[in-house]
Formats: sequence, C-alpha cells, structure tokens
Amino acid sequence: MAEIINMPKLGFDMAEGTLVRWVKNVGETINKGEVLAEIETDKATVEVESSFSGVVLQQLVDAGTSVPVNTPIAVVGVEGEQLPVASDQLPVASNQSSADTTTAQPDNRTTAQPDNRSTVQPDNRPTVQPNNRPTESASALTKASPLAKKVARERGVDLGSVVGTGPGGRIVRRDIEAILKGSQLPVASSQPETLPTANLQPTTLADESIPTTKLRQAIGRRLVESKTTIPHFYVTHEYKMDALMDMRKQVNAVLPDGEKLSVNDFVLKGVALALRQFPNLNAMLKGAEVIQFGQVNVGVAVTVPGGLMTVVVKDTDRKTLRQISGEVKAMAARARSGKVKPEDVDGSTFSTSNLGMYDVEDFIAIINPPEAAILAIGSAREVPVVSGGQIVPGWRMKATISVDHRISDGAEAAQFLQALAGFLENPVRLLV
Amino acid sequence: MARITMREAISQALMEEMDRDPAVFILGEEVGVWGGTYAVTKGFYDKYGAARVKDTPIAENAIIGAAIGAAMVGQRPVAELMTINFAFSAMDYIVNQAPKLHYMFGGQFKVPLVMRAVGGGGRQLGATHSQTPDAIFAHFPGLIVVSPGTPADAKGLLKSAIRSDNPVLFIEHATMYQTRGEVPEGEYLVPLEKSTVQRPGKDLTIVTYCKGLELSLKAAEELAKTGIEAEIVDLRTLRPLDMQPVLESFKKTNRAIVVEEGWKSYGVGAEVVSRMYESAFDYADAPILRVAQKEVPLPYNRALEQAALPQVADIVAAAQEVMK
Amino acid sequence: MDKEKLLQMYFEMVQIRRLEERGAELYQAGKIGGFMHLYIGQEAVSTGLIAAREPRDRVITAYRDHGVALNCGISANEVMAELLGKVTGTSKGKGGSMHMADTSKNMWGGHAIVGGHLPIASGLALGDQYAGNDNVTLCMFGDGATNIGYFHEALNLAKTWGLRVLWVCENNQYGMGTAVERASAVDEIRQKAEGYGMKNSRVDGMNVLKVYEAARDAIKTVRETGQPYLLEAMTYRFRGHSMGDPERYRQQEEVKKWQENDPIGIFHAYLLGKNFATAAELDALDAKAEADTNTAVEFAEASPEPGMEELFADVYAD
Repeated sequence: MAEIINMPKLGFDMAEGTLVRWVKNVGETINKGEVLAEIETDKATVEVESSFSGVVLQQLVDAGTSVPVNTPIAVVGVEGEQLPVASDQLPVASNQSSADTTTAQPDNRTTAQPDNRSTVQPDNRPTVQPNNRPTESASALTKASPLAKKVARERGVDLGSVVGTGPGGRIVRRDIEAILKGSQLPVASSQPETLPTANLQPTTLADESIPTTKLRQAIGRRLVESKTTIPHFYVTHEYKMDALMDMRKQVNAVLPDGEKLSVNDFVLKGVALALRQFPNLNAMLKGAEVIQFGQVNVGVAVTVPGGLMTVVVKDTDRKTLRQISGEVKAMAARARSGKVKPEDVDGSTFSTSNLGMYDVEDFIAIINPPEAAILAIGSAREVPVVSGGQIVPGWRMKATISVDHRISDGAEAAQFLQALAGFLENPVRLLV
Repeated sequence: MARITMREAISQALMEEMDRDPAVFILGEEVGVWGGTYAVTKGFYDKYGAARVKDTPIAENAIIGAAIGAAMVGQRPVAELMTINFAFSAMDYIVNQAPKLHYMFGGQFKVPLVMRAVGGGGRQLGATHSQTPDAIFAHFPGLIVVSPGTPADAKGLLKSAIRSDNPVLFIEHATMYQTRGEVPEGEYLVPLEKSTVQRPGKDLTIVTYCKGLELSLKAAEELAKTGIEAEIVDLRTLRPLDMQPVLESFKKTNRAIVVEEGWKSYGVGAEVVSRMYESAFDYADAPILRVAQKEVPLPYNRALEQAALPQVADIVAAAQEVMK
Repeated sequence: MDKEKLLQMYFEMVQIRRLEERGAELYQAGKIGGFMHLYIGQEAVSTGLIAAREPRDRVITAYRDHGVALNCGISANEVMAELLGKVTGTSKGKGGSMHMADTSKNMWGGHAIVGGHLPIASGLALGDQYAGNDNVTLCMFGDGATNIGYFHEALNLAKTWGLRVLWVCENNQYGMGTAVERASAVDEIRQKAEGYGMKNSRVDGMNVLKVYEAARDAIKTVRETGQPYLLEAMTYRFRGHSMGDPERYRQQEEVKKWQENDPIGIFHAYLLGKNFATAAELDALDAKAEADTNTAVEFAEASPEPGMEELFADVYAD
C-alpha cells in the first residue's frame, strides 16, 4: 500500500522546512532508513529518511519550496499502484517562507477577535484620538479614591459636588461622609471655586470626534420614535416630603451600611401603589385597544457608561421598601459594570427618572415606548414654605409626569399625582 | 511563657525536632565543630555527633544537591546556607531542582528539605554579603519561602518546616538573633502559609515580615503618639502567600503601606500591593505606599549602609503620607 | 551467566532500539513535543550496568533516559505514554522524554540539567549511608557533564564522606556537538577521578558483557569498601544529540565505522557463536520487541490526556 512521507518535525521549534534537494527521484527504489531528500530548517540542512520501503511514486513538493511540518512531500509504494493523493489535492507550496508561515498557520486571534478600534477611524486629523471608551460620568473625571467613589455611588452622592480634602484635592471617604452628615454643603457646580484651576488657563483644544456607542444609537432611535409619534402632555405636582424625610432618617438609623434607603426607593413604592388605582397609566396602546397590565413593574432609569438603561423592579407594588432598594442597587451596579441580565431590563410597565441627586428641581422626560407614561422626579429640598401664615422651612419635591394623550388625559394624570401624594405625604402607608 | 532570643528559639526548634525524629539531620558549612557561624547549632555536634551534624565542604551545590537526594529517599535534612548570598551558588538546586521534582515526576518524589539561610543587611558586610533577595526565591512555585519576625514564630515555623514534605527556604535575619520575645512553653507548631496580625489597629495597615516587623512595631509606637493606630500584618510565609489577613485589615482601615528590607523593584511589596488592588480596589482611600531598600548595592560605610536600608522614620513618614 | 539472563539483556537492547525508532517517527509526525534524545548506539552501557545491580541499588541518569527506564523495568507502555504526554506515562505526562522515573523500580529519574543530578546522586547515597544500609547508587552521565562544577563538588563530597556511588560516565565522544578533546582538559575522563583519590577504570561500552562484568566488579568494590568509584564506558550515539541535530561536527565515515560495532550486532554474533541461542530464538525476541513496541504505541495513543485538574496537582506535596 502506498505510504505518504510528510515534512518531518526535526526540532521542538520547527514550524516548516524547505525541501532543498530530492535524493531519490520518482521511480527509484528506496529502503526504510535511506535518505529520500534533504531539507533545510532555519537551523540546519538535514536528511529526511524514508520510513517505508518501496518505490518513490510521487514527489509532492518541488525542490526549493517551503512547506509546514507534517505536509505530505512524497508517496512511497509498490510500482504502479493507485496514488492515495490526487494531484489536485497537492499542497500549494511557495518559495516565500515568511509569507508561507502566515498562510500555513493562520492566527485565529486576528479573525476571532476583531479589534473595534481599527474600524473606527473617524477622520485623518492628527489630533483625533479614536476612543471607544464610553464617555464617563463626571464622577470618573473627578479625582477621588476608589473607596470614596464606591461610597458615593452607594449613597447617591454626586462627586462633582464634593470638595476633596485629600492630597492634591483628592476626594476621600471622609469628604463623602461629611456630605452625608451635612457638615459639608454640597457645592453647586456653578460655583467657580470648585472648578479645577487648570480649566481656567487659556488653552486651545482641538475638536474631538467621539464615535457613538451602540447603546447611544439605540436610545436615539427609540426616543426619536417616541417624541415624534407619541403626543406627550405634562403635569407637575409638588409634594410635601417632611414626613417622608423624617421616616427615612429613622429607618436608615437601623439599617446597615450599604442597605440604607434612598428617597427614590420610597417614591418607587408610592408610584407602584398609585398605579394600582390608575391602571390606565400602567398600560400600552395596541392598535385600537389599550392593554392595561396586570403587573406593576416600575422601571428606573440608570446612568451607565455610554448612555442610560432602565432597570425594572418586578411587582413593585408587592415588594417592601428594602426589597425594592436592594434590587435597584444590585441591578444598577450590574448595569454600570456591563453585566446586566436580560431580566433586569425587561418587562417595565411604567418608567421613572430621578435627577434629584444633581440638585434638579424639576424636569420632563420622554416616554419610554410602548408605555403610557413616565414620571420625572426632582430633588427633595428644604425650602421656605408658608405654614399658618408663617414662613418656615419645609421639605419639598417636584415630579412631572409625561403621558401619552392617545391613552389618557390631563385630569387622570393630575389625579394620579394626587394619589401619589397620598402615599408620599403619609409615608406610613408605604409600609403597610 | 519564656522570654528567649531568636537564636535560642531556632536552636530549640532544631533540637526538639532532632530528638523527635531520627530522620532529621543537619548539614552545612561550619555547623558542627565550629558550632554554626551564628552559633545556632552550638553544642549540637557534641550532643548528636558527626553523623547527624555534618560539616560540609564550602560547596553549595554539593550541600543543597546532596540534601535534596537524601530527602528524596526519606531523610529530613536541614541544610544551612551560611548566608543567603551563597544561595546564588546553589541557585539551580534551590529554584530549578527542589521545587520541580514533585510536580515534574507526577508526584512520585517528595523533597522534605529545609534550607536555613541567613539574610539581611546592616552589619557592614559589603554588597555581596548583605542582601535581602527573598522575593527572587518567592517567585518559584513548588518552593515554600518562610521568614519569621519573632522568636515564637521562628520556633513554631521551623518545626512545621521540618515536618513539611516540601522544600522550605527558611530565611533568618542576621541582625535579629539577639531579638527577644515571649515563646510558649512546651511543644507547639505555627502553621506555614498563614499570615497573622501582630498588632491590632484601626487607622492604617502595615504589611511586613521579618526585619520589617521589628521596624514597623517601633514605627507603630511613634504613630500612636500622634493618634494613628496602625495594624501590623506579618506575612511570615512569602510563598504561598496568605493575603486574607491583609485584605481583612485593609478593608477595615482603607489605608496601607508595605514594609520590606529588600529592594522595592519587583519586590514583596510590589506583589502584595498588586494583590490588594486586585482584590480590594474599592477599599482604597489613598494610594498604597512601599517602604524598601534604596536601589543600590549595599555600601560598606555604616552611615551609607543605614541610609540605604529602610528605617523606622521612613515607615512613620510613609504612614503619615497615606493618612493625609 | 545463565542463558535466560543473557537473552533478557539481548531483548532489552533490541527493545530500546525498536521503541526509540518508533519514537523518532512519532516525533517527526509531531506527536512528541519538546526535546528528545535517543540512546540508539549506547544500549550496551545501560543494559550491562543495570543487569549488574541488585534491585535495591538506585539508578539516576541524565536526559537520555528512555533506555535506562526500560532496563530498570519500567514498561514500554509507560515510556511511550510519557513521550506522548499521556496521563498513563511514568510522570503522568508532566515530565516528558527527559523526565522518566519510577521509585518502585529504584529508577530515580532522568534529569535535564547537565551535571545537575550528580550532587543529588551523592544525596541519594547520603540518605542510604544515614539509614545505615549498603545500597549503591548508580549515577550515569555523559562526558559533557564532567566539565561542570557539579561533577567536581559531587565527586569530592562522595569521596570525602565515603558515599556509595558508582559514577558511570558514558563517553560518547561529544558533549552535544563538541568533541571531548575540545572541551575537557583530559581525554580520558576516568583520569578526573584520580584528583579525588577515587578508584576508576575504563570499559568498552559497545560490548554489553564487558560493561556487565566491569559494573559487577565496581558495584562490589563500592559496596564492600564504602567508597565511590568512577567507571568510564566508551560508546557512541548513532543518532544526533537530539532530534533535529544537523550533525555538522562529525563525519559520516566516523559514524559508519562505529555502526559496524553495533552493540546489538556484536551481542547477536556472540550469542550465536557461543551457542547460547539459535537464530530462531533471537528472531523471536526481535519479533517480541517489535510487537511490544506496537502495543506500546497503541496503548499510548489510546491513553487519555492528563485532565486540567493535573495542571495544579502536585505543585506541593500534601
């Protein structure tokens, strides 16, 4: 039976060999152990011995060509027998060993892991640094210790509003704690003294072209559709938050670090309970029908690198404040670290957006289709209020609902906001 | 509890283990008739005789190579390297033979070998006899590298090392033989591969070992006067490295320094700090700093030598820096 | 010597030859990785030496260790499986060609650092001396290993402490590609023992019976005197230093001349000439060696690769 002689591996690091000279030609008899050909590796010229006895039936590689180790180079067998290798299956050999190496040993990495950076070459201007990293939030640009960042994240403190007292103005844990204790007032970002001096020096910065992320593009598509096809209307309500702030303080005093409740956790629970009374706002439009959802799943918009995502608390109305708080924290952390699970962002029936941590009094949001409405929540702030003819300090918070006019009207929206007040202003109702 | 010197502690460990197990014997340069160049084995030759306390030629390959062979066939040799600087002469055995044999032959061989080596600077011995190259040895999987900082640990760790079925490099510090400390009465072992807290504190973590422990304890007293309570974690074993007490302490204090006598570049501190950032990044409230030897061969002149070696004041300064 | 033992020695030599020839083919086919050093041509040294030991005598050698492993009684299956990196190999596939061992066969390893195992051999003998027995350690190494410091430290210690080591230098004329006279201050390696006041002799390493007799006498001397001994065996490797050796350093005429003294051919002729065996008996042993080699290849090919749990196993002993 005809046997194939391969290019032998003659050293631990040999990848290919060049066939320098055929010692036995086609038709010649060869015994096992006799020299068939001379090959050259990158180290030396060596003789290839035949591992079989017979007649050289075929030479598969021309003298002077390089082939990888284990490529068939010759066929030895009995004269006249059928060749096991058809001539059209012969290896393609070339004289260019360096080029050969790349084709013979394809590097999977180059194809399996496309490098996004190489496809994003915005233009030829030398000042442009292609950068695929999502635009980071203000907190990442602020100099802060990892611990300070972590605590700020957990406690909803905006690092941009904190003055660092560590070396070089670094924000450290004690600065966050001072904010939380109220001994350091959050600094409004408009105040010039918090701006790094470097920014005040006149510098000429080149324009920067930053490719949008996939997430950013998706947000864009979705909200263009929402804002251009859904007739939005807006209703704002101001809530008296004194009782809630007081209760929050009491509750948090007994909760461990990392599990303390945010104002938003209370609002979410209140929204869910109010939606139970207003099923038409916990709904979607489908052709000529309004589908009122059986479940109340409140979505929470979360800032993530490169955009925002809405994480969803399932059955919000049936969960305790602590459950809601824990779930939102966990899902938001996953969303921010890019490890979000499909169920974290799926199934929302009503969305909320809270910019309270940025000291925003009031804003309006775009409906997250196909939902009927979204609630935009501002910050709870201590303001002068009139009570019994006197000006006294009081905690107030504004919220604005955006509603799809195809589903509901202003009166229903206003009643919903009033129902929400029934919960937020009597917060004990959130506990029972 | 008895208060004894590091030398006495090591000597006691050797003697107790030799009395316990006849497979234990000592070999090395001047360990017998001379009594050990650091007098650790003083009296051993008379007590145990030439068969168990073997004076060797000045030939480190022969010492460690033969100790490996004897260990492979079931003896428990304790080889002494007069100084760790001579370990370089036997580098092949310490890093390329002893740590490989068990693994490379599919678990067939055991190498229950202890290599005691005296290291450290501060005695004006010049550049070739004063090194603290511990990190080099800790680079190699298969080797256990131990370096105690107290007499109690030295005794308990050496006894564990002698009972281990693995090759152990046991590094003692040349300037610490007179260091005194409380040592438990009677038989006890200190487990290998366990770091430990040597001084509790809440404000700052100091990670260190061996000579660094002595210096750090003094620095902690200074810091306490300024209201900073440092917690000191003693690594004791450099490989395998037990990070748990380090991380637990750091998660509590959020600020740390690492103190070692060897050079900073590619050193023990580099490894420890790297692991702290890998495992506890979010707990860092300040950059972790390293205190180590200046990047020079150690000079002979006393003032220059002391300037090159880490001092208590360096540790205090680094601690104050991370507490800012 | 009885016929059975002679035929066993013949079989072992042929078995080494056949197994290594197949090993070379498998290496060239890419099934064996790393370095592989063939013993072909030197079979008489290890075969004669190990035939002369008692089972309690220890053997330790360098990286050219396949033959030594077989002579010590390690099966062809295990040797071939180790070459193929399989978990059924002598070292679970984690040692490879250069690291075969089996302590149950008193084979203490192939060791890959030139000269590195010589002080360890002194240590094996030290362990026996400490235990109070008179086991002999047979330590094999090449001519190249006698120029490195380890050799001198090991011989000095063995002589100074009276350690029972039979040092066996396999002088195959070249340390890799450098001829002995180009690398060693003395051409006769045995002379180096003189500097340590150590008994020594030289033997024809192509003749297995001469090796056997010399080794038997040397082992007896070592055991009885409690002193080391250096035996130099003059031999030649027919193949390159390792796979892929261009062999520029020696002439084909020289290789051919040595091949005329093939240790297997010499022994084959001796056994026939002295009527210890018939041609048919020897043919049957040849066939058995071939068949055992085929079985070993099949065994090795069919054996599993070490599992990923082996990656972290045995870094430290429990």
